[in-house]
Amino acid sequence: MSGFSFPILPTGHLLAIEGLEPPHISALLDLAESYALLNRQGKTQRDLLKGRTLINLFFEDSTRTRTSFELAGKRLGADIVNMSVSTSSVNKGETLLDTAATLNAMNTDLLVVRHGQSGAPALLAQKVDAAVINAGDGTHEHPTQALLDALTIRRRKGRLEELVVSICGDVLHSRVARSNIHLLSAMGARLRVVGPPTLIPSECARLGVEVFHDMRAGLEGTDVVMMLRLQKERMTGGLVPSSREYFRFFGLDAAKLAVAKPDAIVMHPGPMNRGIEIDSAVADDPARSVIGEQVEMGVAVRMAVLDVLSRRLRRNA
Amino acid sequence: MTPLLITNARILDPASGLDAVGSLLVEDGRIASLTGAPSEGAETLDAGGAVLCPGLVDLRATVGEPGAEHRETIASAAEAAASGGITTLCTLPDTEPALDDPALVEFVIRRGEATGSLTILPWGAATKSCAGKELSEFGLLREAGAVGFTDGSRAIGPARTMRLALSYARAFGAMVVQHPEEPSLAGTGAATEGELATRLGLPGIPAAAEAIQVARDIALAQLTGGHVHFAHVSTGAALDLIREAKAEGLRVTCDTAPPYFDLNETAIGGFRTYAKLSPPLRREEDRLAVVAALKDGTVDAIASDHTPRDADDKRLPFAQAAPGGAGLATLLGVTLARVHAGDLALPEAIALLTSRPAALLGIEAGRIAPGAPADLCLFHPTRAWQVRDGKLPGKAQNSPFDGRALEGCVIGTWKRGRRVFG
Repeated sequence: MSGFSFPILPTGHLLAIEGLEPPHISALLDLAESYALLNRQGKTQRDLLKGRTLINLFFEDSTRTRTSFELAGKRLGADIVNMSVSTSSVNKGETLLDTAATLNAMNTDLLVVRHGQSGAPALLAQKVDAAVINAGDGTHEHPTQALLDALTIRRRKGRLEELVVSICGDVLHSRVARSNIHLLSAMGARLRVVGPPTLIPSECARLGVEVFHDMRAGLEGTDVVMMLRLQKERMTGGLVPSSREYFRFFGLDAAKLAVAKPDAIVMHPGPMNRGIEIDSAVADDPARSVIGEQVEMGVAVRMAVLDVLSRRLRRNA
Repeated sequence: MTPLLITNARILDPASGLDAVGSLLVEDGRIASLTGAPSEGAETLDAGGAVLCPGLVDLRATVGEPGAEHRETIASAAEAAASGGITTLCTLPDTEPALDDPALVEFVIRRGEATGSLTILPWGAATKSCAGKELSEFGLLREAGAVGFTDGSRAIGPARTMRLALSYARAFGAMVVQHPEEPSLAGTGAATEGELATRLGLPGIPAAAEAIQVARDIALAQLTGGHVHFAHVSTGAALDLIREAKAEGLRVTCDTAPPYFDLNETAIGGFRTYAKLSPPLRREEDRLAVVAALKDGTVDAIASDHTPRDADDKRLPFAQAAPGGAGLATLLGVTLARVHAGDLALPEAIALLTSRPAALLGIEAGRIAPGAPADLCLFHPTRAWQVRDGKLPGKAQNSPFDGRALEGCVIGTWKRGRRVFG
């Protein structure tokens, strides 16, 4: 893979999708696409990140995202350390900057961060020399998830522009939804968000989306149905009265999906709450569900991001 | 003390309407005359045409003492206040321990006196430990020198508690100051609810949380005949309610603070925690409504709302960072920006910082008249300076105006005739 004529991630970090321009996004997706092909053929450049240190710094539990970054780093030959910092001992955030200082002293090249607080990776990026990749911060953004979703859609539909994409469920607490809204609308898709008013963030329409509270209306004629995970603790917060009511009105089942385009695809960032936001029959339908492919594209997208950022590391190994 | 004759000053006293170039003589810590008659052996200072006004009266500031001296001591607050032309400072009671005991009120007043540059007039705690439950001893606190009652940065939540406070305070001729934010609606929010908070993924506080609290407390003021004062009012909806209540003749007053007429919510972009305040910065329409309320007199005073924070409070993810901004050194300069923008006449702006808050408190300060204490502020109305983190006087450096260029600079401050700055 040769160099690019412009910097794909001009800040040297990947903290958010908001602020990226369509050429940056397309270039990342193109690169990820080629990694996806190489992965399928079992051929990858195992020395691209040789001698580079990648730290997975996870302040929130995650299996799939951490594993995906780990696999991506390993396929490119990086040295990888996983650090899971238990949330109970780190709620003050002081530890966040203490941790940053420690990692800096270890000459980390790439720092993948997941944190429960919006803006935490941005704060870290100010304090460390490493390239910081946001692997999900609070209810702010989850940029690599949006990239992998876009790549999955592009492979299935051949394009992003003019597609109708319905993002359904707990948009209020979803960093996945925010990153997807920014990315897909930048690429010319037509975005809808669907959910009960208590789970739709304030002034969501100003992000360039159409808001629906009736799921059938929100799915009518759509190309892509993107389901979000309903955090169980939201119900105790009183935002949704019960899971059975939620599933009845906002859970995706075959009947609701029937109003979407006949070739509409179903996506979910995982892990799924079967029977709450999605019916198993839909989630496991190979004709509609692309959930497995999302996971596959996740590794390819993360390889592309690591590749791009390692090219412009401030500190050369 | 040698008498002091300040000559060639634009003397501005909003209380009397005086605005003229002239001289002012200080003797024995008091203003002796404004006639310009030379005094035997007086030291003379040529003000070079700069503005001489009463020392500023700041209705609302947090100092770290007692309990948070690592953020600000009374001595460091006094240094910052003197640099900002402030000679009278009303401090909030939600310290550690809270100012719910007469001895603590006396302690804070004495610590203020010890600085020699600042009169501290503490607000007493409205409820014990500022916990919002049982009323504190208003009578004894008032005798000890408390100027009124408030729970500081916490709203007095239960309607019954607020009713009792407004009612009981009448016996001692004191007002109750409310942090106007309905607590259950504000919750753990970190920014004004709306598009920006949605984009940043921050928990929001609806702007309506302010108007709801104000509406309730106006009704309680009406019920009890008490005097409610709303601090740092920041929304147009709340100001409309206050304007209406005043027109009906209710005992309702309010102040606002410089961030709410100089900044809007966009200052928190990029998760800038220095701009995290309580109440949070609002949208531009609300900023404009605050400016309009300054112009039409709905707002009775501009207070600094100084809230010292240290690096550990602010170098955190936004929602975890402590709210509040340092404001003593910038109070005058940011207010003058409204004068330079043509929103306020200079005497009106100075009245909001001196005579009007003094009248609200019923104190002698805040005016230039023969016999009044020589608490004075001399400032150059157009000299420029830049607010810079690390360079502010005093301990607290957490200015939401960090980087802002200001036009209008204090060049001298006097407390009872003694020069304490410049």
